Amino acid sequence: MSSRETILQRLRNRTGGELTVPECDFSVLQRPDWSTAERVDRFERMIESVHGEVHRCTDDNWMNRLAEILATRGARNLLVAKTHEISQSLRNAGRNDLPELLIYDEPVHSWKGHLFNEVDASITSTRGGIAETGSLILWPTVDEPRLMSLVPPVHIAILKASELYTTFHEAMKAQNWSAGMPTNALLISGPSKTADIEQTLAYGVHGPKELIVLVIE
Amino acid sequence: MSETAEHTDHHIDVKQFHPRAQAAIQNPKIRKNFRSAMDGLMSKRKAAFEGWDLETLRDLGANIRMRALANLPDLLEQLEKKLTENGVKVHWAVDGDEACRIVRDICKARDAKTVIKGKSMVSEEMELNHYLQEQDIEALESDLGEYIVQLADETPSHIIMPAIHKNTGEISQLLHDKTGTDLSNDVEYLTASARLQLREKFMNADVGVSGVNFAVAETGTLCLVENEGNGRMTTTVPPCHIAVTGIEKVVPTMEDLTGLLALLTRSATGQHITTYFNMISGPRKAEELDGPEEVHLVLVDNGRSSIYQDDELLDTLRCIRCGACMNHCPVYTRVGGHAYGTTYPGPIGKILMPHLIGLDEGRHLPTASSLCGACGEVCPVKIPIPDLLVRLRQESVDGDKLHPAKVRGHGAKRSTMEAMIWKGWAWMHASPGFYRFGTGAASKLRALQPASAGAWTDYRTAPKLAAKTLHQRMKERGQ
Ligand code: SF4
Repeated sequence: MSSRETILQRLRNRTGGELTVPECDFSVLQRPDWSTAERVDRFERMIESVHGEVHRCTDDNWMNRLAEILATRGARNLLVAKTHEISQSLRNAGRNDLPELLIYDEPVHSWKGHLFNEVDASITSTRGGIAETGSLILWPTVDEPRLMSLVPPVHIAILKASELYTTFHEAMKAQNWSAGMPTNALLISGPSKTADIEQTLAYGVHGPKELIVLVIE
Repeated sequence: MSETAEHTDHHIDVKQFHPRAQAAIQNPKIRKNFRSAMDGLMSKRKAAFEGWDLETLRDLGANIRMRALANLPDLLEQLEKKLTENGVKVHWAVDGDEACRIVRDICKARDAKTVIKGKSMVSEEMELNHYLQEQDIEALESDLGEYIVQLADETPSHIIMPAIHKNTGEISQLLHDKTGTDLSNDVEYLTASARLQLREKFMNADVGVSGVNFAVAETGTLCLVENEGNGRMTTTVPPCHIAVTGIEKVVPTMEDLTGLLALLTRSATGQHITTYFNMISGPRKAEELDGPEEVHLVLVDNGRSSIYQDDELLDTLRCIRCGACMNHCPVYTRVGGHAYGTTYPGPIGKILMPHLIGLDEGRHLPTASSLCGACGEVCPVKIPIPDLLVRLRQESVDGDKLHPAKVRGHGAKRSTMEAMIWKGWAWMHASPGFYRFGTGAASKLRALQPASAGAWTDYRTAPKLAAKTLHQRMKERGQ
């Protein structure tokens, strides 16, 4: 008998009594319906409490803000998606106050060393955010691959205020996650950190040292 | 399954709990490191749940886990089916040795020489690192705490904070000796140097091995909760990702994650959420530019299906490995994680390990508790840990006819003498004449009562028998 059958059979033929299936009431997770402004406030507070940055912008001025942010960090380059509108508008802007734009358009193995050692910052879109915990929802795609938000030391994310949900529960229901998930999805709630050395926080242990969110209001 | 264990046994003798606990209690450094860490974790947890209806939330957590366990075999099959559709290869292992061999075979098929590891307690259970090394495959831990513990050739002393027993000075010395970093008390510098060393390894590793916090059956999704990003690195950079997990980790729905995640991170470290919550549902698609080409899941039983047989012990499997029970345990805080000599220390270890290693080997674990009840009060899924400790104590002396013992290695602490004394006791209480005679005689001979009664009187005065029995005194009062 295979191990699979052995295990399943042992579980199916359990000696104890019939197991009852309890009801699960998720209402304890509900929060009052915050306004968009309240959600943005809460989101900002939560992100800042874990060492992240939030900048409130508009459709018209986010690129100026981005340029400032990159300039203060002395970023030599910015990793962008191949076709996403964020990337398109950056490339079409023809600005000279932005660093070199690198486009993620090749499989990672052909430029891994460069990605790990030479890229200073990246910018990605998000699939919305969660106000209660200060979290960004990312579903990496062919256009915005997984490592964009992980390897460069500075990750900049664009979040539309209108796509900010109150709780994780609400976001998941609204986006119908139970119908199926992409190969990789994640919540990001701050820069990479550790407290493994005597409970002392240190940032950027493996992932980005900085998480900067541009909230488009 | 019947292949002989190829493992060299790295277990320390679990039975030697008492000498190790003694040594730890007399070690001021251990006392201090644990005390300050646990104090911090307790107050952070408390703050994180402020404003929550914690009892109702814990009920939800318990119900989510119970609902999953009630359908465990069906859910495992559903998970397997979904993951297979998503392109993930699912393997089943009866025990740790079999799980190790599965990992080895996947590595060998890819001609892999280096494995980078995310944090996984199940792989500690399997002793995977030692096994792979014996197979000439380098296995390197990437969680900073695990990395430190591996450099020191130790085991984790806490399931969430593996290197909690060491202070900054000790870690600095260790990193200096093993990797040549400068001696420094600057945690940022120490962290940065570890980042540098591990980045190199992530880039070049052939295989990434990770654990799983929750596996969702309805979508075939493997979830990983972490702060460092090493979990993301491990599961996205190498061309092959192997996830290992216990069979009890499956939940039916995505919705279940919301309740469990809310409880897990707040209970563990007092965080409202961790930096990263990874949801992995398959390998990279042909058109994708990164991510592993191959994803495997190894479902490990290793004693869990035995726990599943018993209605009371089953509650053990609700555990979501948050570590809150150890953070709040007065025994754990004083003796530290290594005194137990087991993969899982503290209260969860005391109720789980006897099933994994046998109650003969783990005979002292259920008694390493004052039954103060703190663990049961903080457990986010309401596992009645103190009740389970009492149950295992009964099992270790083979209980009585009403409660037949079941756990492997039961009865290891049973002594014929003790059993006879209790038999006599029961018989005496059932025979009034003998009872009166016995208690009367005992009162008369009270001068002969020994002043010490073993360990019990080390820190207590022995109670003294009264000069007259209750019966005699009532008689004197004419009642
Ligand atoms: S037994 Fe409860 S408190 Fe202890 S680790 Fe498991 S879930 Fe957490």
